[in-house]
This record gives sequence, C-alpha cells and structure tokens, in this order.
Amino acid sequence: MAAIDDRSAAPEIESIDPNAVKKELLSKYPTKVARKRAKQIIINKVGDDCAAPEIGANSRAIPGIITQRGCSYAGCKGVVLGPTRDFVNLTHGPIGCGFYSWLTRRNQTRPPTLEDPNFMPYCFSTDLQDEDIVFGGEKKLRAAIQEAYDIFRPKAISVFSTCPVGLIGDDVHSVAKEMKEKLGINVFGFSCEGYKGVSQSAGHHIANNGIFKHVVGLDDTQKEGKYKINLLGEYNIGGDGFEIDRVLEKCGITTVSTFSGNSTYDQFANAHTADLNTIMCHRSINYVAEMMEKKFGIPWIKVNFTGAGSAAKSLRKIAKYFDDPELIATVEKVIAEEMVEVEKVQAEVRQRCEGKLAMLFVGGSRAHHYQDLFAEMGMKTISAGYEFAHRDDYEGRRVLPDIKVDADSRNIEELHIDPDPDRYRPRKSAEQIEELAAKGFSFKDYEGMMPDMSDGTLVIDDISQYETERMLEIYKPAIFCAGIKEKYAVQKKGIPMKQLHSYDSGGPYAGFKGAVNFYREIDRMVNCKVWSFLKAPWQTNPELAATYACE
Amino acid sequence: MERSNYVSTTNACKLCKPLGACLAFKGIEGAVPMLHGSQGCATYMRRYIISHFREPMDIASSSLGEKHAVYGGGPNLKQGLRNIMTKYGARLIGVATTCLTETIGDDVPMIVKEFKKEMGESGLHDLPALVTVSTPSYSGTHMEGFHAAVRAVVEQVSSNEDSAHILNLLPGFLSPEDLRYLKEITDDFWYPSVILPDFSMTLDGPALTDCEKIPGGGTPIEDIRRMGGATATFEFGSTLADFNSAGKFLRDRFGVPLHQMGIPIGLRETDVFFDALERLSGTACPEKYVLEKGRLIDSYVDAHKYLFGKRAVVYGEEDLVVGLTSFLSEVGITPVLCATGGKSGHFKTAIERVTEGIAPPAAGPEGSSAVQPPAVYEGMDFQQIEELALQLSPDLLIGHSKGYPLSKKLGIPLIRVGFPIHDRFGAQRILHVGYRGTQSLLDLIVNSILEAHQDDSPVGYAYM
Repeated sequence: MAAIDDRSAAPEIESIDPNAVKKELLSKYPTKVARKRAKQIIINKVGDDCAAPEIGANSRAIPGIITQRGCSYAGCKGVVLGPTRDFVNLTHGPIGCGFYSWLTRRNQTRPPTLEDPNFMPYCFSTDLQDEDIVFGGEKKLRAAIQEAYDIFRPKAISVFSTCPVGLIGDDVHSVAKEMKEKLGINVFGFSCEGYKGVSQSAGHHIANNGIFKHVVGLDDTQKEGKYKINLLGEYNIGGDGFEIDRVLEKCGITTVSTFSGNSTYDQFANAHTADLNTIMCHRSINYVAEMMEKKFGIPWIKVNFTGAGSAAKSLRKIAKYFDDPELIATVEKVIAEEMVEVEKVQAEVRQRCEGKLAMLFVGGSRAHHYQDLFAEMGMKTISAGYEFAHRDDYEGRRVLPDIKVDADSRNIEELHIDPDPDRYRPRKSAEQIEELAAKGFSFKDYEGMMPDMSDGTLVIDDISQYETERMLEIYKPAIFCAGIKEKYAVQKKGIPMKQLHSYDSGGPYAGFKGAVNFYREIDRMVNCKVWSFLKAPWQTNPELAATYACE
Repeated sequence: MERSNYVSTTNACKLCKPLGACLAFKGIEGAVPMLHGSQGCATYMRRYIISHFREPMDIASSSLGEKHAVYGGGPNLKQGLRNIMTKYGARLIGVATTCLTETIGDDVPMIVKEFKKEMGESGLHDLPALVTVSTPSYSGTHMEGFHAAVRAVVEQVSSNEDSAHILNLLPGFLSPEDLRYLKEITDDFWYPSVILPDFSMTLDGPALTDCEKIPGGGTPIEDIRRMGGATATFEFGSTLADFNSAGKFLRDRFGVPLHQMGIPIGLRETDVFFDALERLSGTACPEKYVLEKGRLIDSYVDAHKYLFGKRAVVYGEEDLVVGLTSFLSEVGITPVLCATGGKSGHFKTAIERVTEGIAPPAAGPEGSSAVQPPAVYEGMDFQQIEELALQLSPDLLIGHSKGYPLSKKLGIPLIRVGFPIHDRFGAQRILHVGYRGTQSLLDLIVNSILEAHQDDSPVGYAYM
C-alpha cells in the first residue's frame, strides 16, 4: 500500500523549473487563450524596491474555461451584505440567486438575545415569474417590500437586483425610494445584476457604494471607548470575527462597526464615529475606507489578523496609531499572554509539517493572509493566486496609477465624495501623520501578495480547473487551499484540500486561538492516515512525476 | 386547513430550472453541462451540487458581461463551446439557457446550428453532440429543468434507425444509490436497459478512478441514440407535464410504448414497477426481490406499533413527495401536510391517488372529533409550511435539509431525503426507491421516532 511517505516524497522544489511549468500550463490552450493566460500566470521575482512583476488581473474569464469566479450579485448580496442580521435582504429576481446565497458562506452572527432580530437564516425573494418578466417586476417588488415590513418590521430593507431585473428595466432605486417614504424605514437598492463587472469583485464595489450612500453616517451617537476602530472586510466566517473581537476587547480597543461579519444596521449607520479604519480584506472593502476618509477624515490602515504573528503585528500597528503608552503596554501584555499557547502548538506541529508545500487559490486577500499561517507552521507556499482580485492586491497599491480601467470596471459607479460640512474631522493632523510616517507607519497602503512571496513561486490569477490539476500533478503539494468547488476534484487526486472560503466545517482561524485551530487542523489533514489508502496518479505512473523536473 | 398567500417567497422550497438541467446532463457519458449566461449561475450551482454529492461537478459558462447582455451572447457561446471541445474532449455538451439569455432572447438552437456550420467549414466535422435546452429560472423549478433537459437529449440525440431489445428507464431526479439499485434490478431481470440520466458514477465516483478530465460513467451516447428503437419506456413521475416528458416524445415520435408510473417508493408503487418489469421481460420476479418485499412487509408489521397515528409533514419535489406520501400512508403514518415548491397542477390529484382508501385520516383540531384529509399544496415556501405545521402538531418532518430550522423549532425529527442535503453525510448514498429503499427509509423513520422518544424521557431507557 502506498504510504504517506510516498506522497511527501514530492520532487525537490529546486529541481522544478517554473518557466517549464508555465509553458506546460499554456501548451494545451488555443493560441488566443494562451496569450491571455500568459499574462495571468507569473513567475514571481521581487525587485530590490519590493516591486513585483506585472500580472494580468480583473479581466474577464474565458468562456468555456471553468473558473472559480462568481458574479456581481454574489459579491454584493452574498459576500458583503449577507452577514448583516437585522435588515431584510430581498433578492429581486427568479428564485435561484436567492436560494444559492442562502446562508452558504458559514458567516456567523450572535444577536444579544434570542428576541433580537436575526434574518440571516431567511431567504427573501420576489421569485419573479414569466409574467413579471413580460410586464415588469416593480409592482411585485413594491408589494414584497410592504409584506416584509408588515411581517418582520425590520430596521431596513435592501433590494438586490439579479440579471433579468436590469434587462427588463425595473427601477429598483425609485421603488426603494418610494417605499422608504411610505414606510418610514430605510429602504435601498443595489444594481448588482450578475452580468456586471468581471467577477464578484464588481459586486463588492456596488455594495460598498450603496451602504456608504444610504447608511453610513446616519447616526451620530458616540460609543463609549478610548480607542475606537472599524474592522473592515472581516466576514466572521467560522467565527473569525468573534475571535478578533475577543482580542481587541482584551486590549481595550472598541470596535464601532465590522463590515460586515456579525454586523447590524446601527453599526453601519454609526461607523463614521470611529477614529481609525482597519482593513482586513483589501479587495472587497477598500472603497468604503477611502470614502470614509474623504467624507469624515478617518484614516485607514491595512491589518491582517490571520496568523498569530500577523495578528500581533496588526495590534501593534493599531496601538502605534493611537500613540498611547497605556495601549501599547496592554497590547504587548496581551500578545505575550496569547503567544504562550500559540508557540507551544507551533513547535508541536512543526515536527510534522516543516518543509511541506502549500498552494492557495482563493479570494481577494485570503491567498495572501493564509501564507502567514502556513509559514508559522514551517510550510512553504509554492504557488498562490486570487479568484477575483485586482493588480493592486497582487503587486501592491503602488501600481494603482498604472492600472488600466477597462469597460467592465468603468460600468461600476465611482462615487464622488466631498468632505461632510459638519462631520469632517481629520483624526490626525498633517504633522502627526508625517511624524508617524517618519517612524515607518504607512497609511492607506497595502503592499500586495507578490512582494511577500519568494522568487520563483508561481502566481496564477483566476486559476482554471485544468491548470489546478496540472499544478497538483507537477508539484504534488501537501495541501491545496481553495473552495468547495475545487475540494473533491483535488481530493480525488489524493491531496488534502482545505476550504478557505467557508473553512469546511471549522474555524475560527483568525487571531491567536484561530491560529492554534488552524495549525492543528492542517496538521491533522496533512498527516492523516486516510491518504495512505489512495494512490495518486504519479504513484501509479512514476514517469509523470519526472516529466516536469528540469534537467 | 387554509394557507396564507404571500407576494414574496420566503425560504423557498424549490431550486432554479437550469440547476436541474445541469444535473440531468451530468448523467450522460462524457458530457459537460454548460450554462449560457452570467458565470455566477454556473458557480452557484456547482457549489450547491458539489456540497450535496461531495463530488466534483463541472459546469462551464459562456461568461456573459454587460456588453453581451446588450449585443447578444452568440460569440461567447461559440467560443465557450470551442474551448470545452479542445480542453475537455467532451462527447456531449449540454447547453442550458439562464434568465439572462432568455430575457435578451438569444436564439440558442440557431447559434449552435451556426457553430456547427462554421466548424464544418473549418474542416472540423467530428463534433461532440450538442444539446440545447431552454431553462429560464422564472418559469418552473429545478425539476422542470431536469425533465426538460432529459427530453431535449432524446429529442436531439435519439433515433429509431435500429430497433433494439432494450428498456428505456427515465427515473427522474433520484440519488446515485437509487440509480445503482435500479440498474441492479433491471440486470436481475436479464433485461437490457438504458437509464437516462445515470449519474450514479459521475456524481458518486470511487477515489482516484476519476483523474480523467471528465469522470467516467453516465449513460453512453450510443445507448441514447438507440432509445427511439427501444421495446418500451418506463418513466417515473406522476406530475410530469406532457411537454416535458421524454417518454411521451419517444412514444409520439417513434412509437415506443410508454408506461408512466410514480417513483417506486413504498410497497404499492414498487409493485407497479416490478409488475411492469415482469410483463415486459416475461420473467418472474427474481427471488431476491420477492424476499426483499417479504421482509419489507414483515417490517411494516413490526414497525406498526411505533408508527401508527404519527403525523408527518412531507415537502420537496412533487414526485418525491407523492412517493413518500404513498409509503407513509401504508405504514400508518398520517401525512398531515404535503407541500411542494413546484406548480405542476397535478400534485393534488397524484396525492389523492396514492392516499385514497389507505391514508389514516388526520384528526381535526384538538377537541373536535372531525377528521380531515391531508393538506396538499403546490407553490409552497417554508414560511407557509411553517405556519401550517405549527397548527398541525406533526411528529416528524420528511424532506431535505432546508426543513431543519422548522424541525428545530418544533422539536421533532427531520428525516432527510432528496436534495439538497447539506447538513448530513452520505446524501448521494441515500436509497429511496424499491423494496430495499423503502426498507431503509422505514428503519430510519422508526429509529428517529424511537430516538426522539428516548430523548424526551429524563430516564435513560435502553430498552424501547
């Protein structure tokens, strides 16, 4: 029987020539497709100034080549607004879209009591029928909003447009406006039809715009707290947000709002009262941070609570921003306390995981963040890529001025934001910002994934299912990370596959306790005896293994 | 018992039409399902299907964007077809439309015809079979999409050039385990059969035989070609519309005799299937199944003391609910509510057919001695199911995972059957049909009731 050792006898990485791999990945494509994919498959090489090579990203998927990507509706309703519990998310369209986004991301939420509203287990839809497509769906939408109000009395109702809605010309915004006046609660719509943009990324932007335009800034109540931050781009999958909240609370840092894990309408309305925006997932939420800075004067910084080291670094960064010795001391104390268990488990799993290879193809920030966790276990990320990110998420925001805006992105509205005449209040003066910058503190910056990756690693944008299979055969990683769509195809090849969208049934993986969970889980997956019952194709056909080694 | 009517759908009890079409295409050998529309549809449906079967499920997409929504999706569809041909070596590509392409009015059969012509002109004649089906989500459920795709396949692939000594078996949407069992049965009757679709391998494949780009298994295309010349067609489904019935097409176009019957769940509906097999094959029912049936009846009797008078709410796909209701009535469980998200118009009649003269009458509201027939409703969502269930004081729910919140609320067991099952393991191996499937459902139900009974007691009784 094939033993685990066979599988871990992966080829020496040094013996694989990434150029040959790239050539191999492209070889089966028709010329036009190969030309396009060549720009999206990059051999990483970080320059002295931390500049990474240019990668093609955020361009349309190729018809017929099976992609991981979803649509604009999925990004808007499914990702950004789905985790909010106390407003009614009403899908305006036929039944499928609402059904498939019905609590499938494992976002968790925790209402203070069982009596508090929690609509997350619900799926509301106008369920458009033939006659609505022919005669228009506005009447039905109006009635559905009224009905949702009558039955559930929610704080707000948001309406999400699906493909046919835009095509038949339903004006969801005017219906929303009319119902808002009629019902006296906030009602707003999103034009997030599935065909907009090149991936779910467009939907994130649309969601950011809508929530900013219609909700942020409506409630000026000041929350108690000395150090008040917003946590942006944290969706509380598997309880990540709960763990981050625990750590922040322990440090004495107050989270005014989270966009949007475990969130409520009131948090959004009140978000502008925070003194710092911290961004977890840069791709899905940076728009809202930019807009809050312009309108309210709240600076933003990039943080990452995935990985114990990164979480510690992020806490220190927040403390440094507030520049308060008391906070700095508390943060150090908390980190020291938390790291005891972390280091113990790290040492334990390293014995079994050190040197093993990982691949990550997921999301718009996770493929980057999770590399830290693997590194803490002594595992090496040999290839990574995003599903829906843009060039700045790969190469860093330094490339923003050079990004060509194509027609698909141009169709997504860019809001023009002016400082709020009453509420614009710069949290730091120009001098303070300069002073912090001089100490190496970077605002509004995200250095991207590629500068953090080793030279010679392969960075692949929007990896196709075909490329996935080839990469597995060539590198035989110890673990592959992506989503449920890839899970079973990968595992059929005898390679453990960890879902980093919905975490299989696990989590949290953020923060310190999350890191410990992750180490243990990956250790279990990678070293589980169950794999010894499977034979991977290269075990039955050793020539396959040798083919890609460069002589 | 009257239900409330709502404008909106809250917690739907149906999925969308193209999903059903993709499932059906997946049951054909070497097939790649493709959705003509926005890529999100393919992604969402893949995710949903994969979570249930725990198997890879590829659905290609023509990935239309805003520009294509305005100017039409033809070029993308053609490019997609070409890429699937070269990359996957598909032997059949099943193209289902979506809301987007139906709304903009893309003429898919025409585009595919053009594509074939263009391929021919460029010297490529050995194309995969290309099947198109119209599946706008705003008209019907995943079951209409499933049946429409099966019908489209026989319409576009089958012929009667050769007459063949085969049985066409059109089972509808069953589990891979069900399909394997059906195959075993027809094999045991020594009667060659074509089961369409057959995803018993493609959606429940063994480890590592699956490294081909397209998993093995599925109804061979050659077999589908021969369906027009078959001896007979058995088609499961009591609520199937004529225009969506592949069996009716085969009968009307090629004169293949059609025997439509309900999904064989429970004793009587399974008897119908076995009787028909006996008549067709001229072979007596193999001893193995006579014994299975005998054991099933024996266990009906044994289970009677636990089940009689229990009240059940059954929901899900129309034909599945009909089959389950038939079975429940036989074992003395009272179906108090039969609900479906579908709207075939045949649901109530079908339920009446299987419960007539056998369903134990439900007692009326507490305090009244009146009995009432089961409430039977089409076009239901879980909001409506819950409202009725709260008044009907059921003892158990039977249906897919989406009924779990209701079962939790009522504190009663949920017997998981059908699709989607996302909160239990082994959904692809649930056996629903035949004597053996009925047996396993019966055991499951009795044990769930015993467990609930046990859990309700403060004492740890281990002898029930």
